[in-house]
Amino acid sequence: MPEYSLREMMILAAAREIRDEDIVFCGTGMSMIAAMAAKHINAPHSIIFFETGGIDSQLLELPFSVGDPRVMVGTSINAGLAESFGILQNPFTGPKVVGIFGAAQIDRYGNLNTTCIGDYWRPKARFPGCGGACDAASYAGRTIIFMQQEKRKFVERVDYLSTPGWILGPGGREEAGLPEGGPTMVITDMGVMRFDEESKEMYIHSTYPGIRPQQIQEQMEIEIDVSRAMEEKPPTEEELALLRERIDPQRLII
Amino acid sequence: MQSPPRVAGQSIMNVDDKVMDLSKAIHRFVHDGDHVSIGGFTITRNPMALAYEIIRQGKKNLHVYVHSHGQAFDLLIGAGCTDAIELSYGGTARFSPGGGIRFKKAIEGGKIRFEDYTNFQMTLRFMAGSMGLPFMPIRSLRETDVFKKWGFDEKLRKKNARIPPKKMAMVDNPFARDGREEKIVLVPAINPDVTIIHVQQVDRQGTVRIKGLTYTDVEQAKAAKYLIVSCEELVDTEVIRENPDQNQIPFFMVDAVVLVPYGAHPTACYGYYDYDPLHFNLYKEMAPDDGTFRQYLDEYVFGVKSHEEYLEKIGKDRLSQIRADPRLGYRPGLDRR
Repeated sequence: MPEYSLREMMILAAAREIRDEDIVFCGTGMSMIAAMAAKHINAPHSIIFFETGGIDSQLLELPFSVGDPRVMVGTSINAGLAESFGILQNPFTGPKVVGIFGAAQIDRYGNLNTTCIGDYWRPKARFPGCGGACDAASYAGRTIIFMQQEKRKFVERVDYLSTPGWILGPGGREEAGLPEGGPTMVITDMGVMRFDEESKEMYIHSTYPGIRPQQIQEQMEIEIDVSRAMEEKPPTEEELALLRERIDPQRLII
Repeated sequence: MQSPPRVAGQSIMNVDDKVMDLSKAIHRFVHDGDHVSIGGFTITRNPMALAYEIIRQGKKNLHVYVHSHGQAFDLLIGAGCTDAIELSYGGTARFSPGGGIRFKKAIEGGKIRFEDYTNFQMTLRFMAGSMGLPFMPIRSLRETDVFKKWGFDEKLRKKNARIPPKKMAMVDNPFARDGREEKIVLVPAINPDVTIIHVQQVDRQGTVRIKGLTYTDVEQAKAAKYLIVSCEELVDTEVIRENPDQNQIPFFMVDAVVLVPYGAHPTACYGYYDYDPLHFNLYKEMAPDDGTFRQYLDEYVFGVKSHEEYLEKIGKDRLSQIRADPRLGYRPGLDRR
């Protein structure tokens, strides 16, 4: 088995979830490299677009931000925010979109906090804010979430609900006036969580090689179903070679 | 070159020349207490030269509007020019992990009033303002704290006529049928006193050509009473009107045109230069501490009289290192660590 980092495992776990027919809405950082990896490995026809207005970006180099000039090259069109959020809110195109982004806190229904820890008006810690993730998660057909596996990040109630997941469970999105869709996958540095079809609650879907489900549970404040956990397939030589040589040769993210 | 067609008797050359220097543009169109919107996105096309000049002129109590903003926003907050911000994202991505350094510090320290929106909401708010509408509808975001938690309380909203009485509203959809989409969220328009943007090309009259992504610059520009545009290049009117389908803002909406090459440094300007990783890393080092942040301002903002002097400080070598490849629009292989 080749040697790999947990970041590489996370990126590939997300890439494997992207399908050839997907339109991928990318956040900053890990999301971008996962979308690029999918295009090189398993979903060559997937379309990458950014909230900033770059539609079908070719990404010859890894961008640092969704506003990076690197997202403007070889696109189908270069537009602006109104165009991209229009694609998401549009009932014909929105459901084809898979959103990928990270968060600081998550609850069992996949609701996210990217705004602050503690009181909103006088927070203990302030983060950048919801940006376009809230809009994307509201309208996209499905979403993939990157998290660091830490106890304080998997909580019963997020301090600030920046981005909606399944809201309060079954029927939650419908009641909130949101289209179908919702989070399907949470990828951490220890494994992959998914959401139960019925209850919409998070459960452990797979653990990375050498990690036990109970170890993941210990890194969460919420208690979730660990009984269905399988082992995630480790990265292959080919996947790693692409990631290291083609996608992130400067090791900016991996 | 052949002149573009025009109606006989109407010359496009007799409109006011709007070109002025940096200091005059800010002096004339930005005043203490103004509501200011800033164009650009995180690490690209921030109107840095304009922001530096606002700081140099010591403007105070600005009410600032952005969607996802980075360096200019962070500096204006850090330098104490603004006491209220409306935003969706504050940060320069990898160059400020966890959020814009001075932005984060100001909020955590209770030094500034702030209100959060989503990127789409901010875009729709500028769009409403640009079209003279009081609001724009957006498909539900009502189960989020973005909807539920107001940054500005009712008292302040009552007292300050420039802030809408409500952050947002949920209303009945008058076109609802069969119980579907019965409610819709409305976000209020923004009409800033002044918008500042940095673009690639403008002519002396003010016709604007943005290359690459426009972000929400066009809506922000049109929503404002006054518009200051700084640019990499001044282009002849005949030339910019040769390909008008590449232009975004008509000249009569522009109040000041300021020629400032590298006017977005250290952020990127597509087709001209990349972002400057070394300068961003320097800022990352100096911005967290009040003392070193002050040193940063003294050196790069107060210590220079003009943007030319600022660029001399950055150095010719550095500027040539980030110069864009004309085909790609950025600098391929730039060391970005």
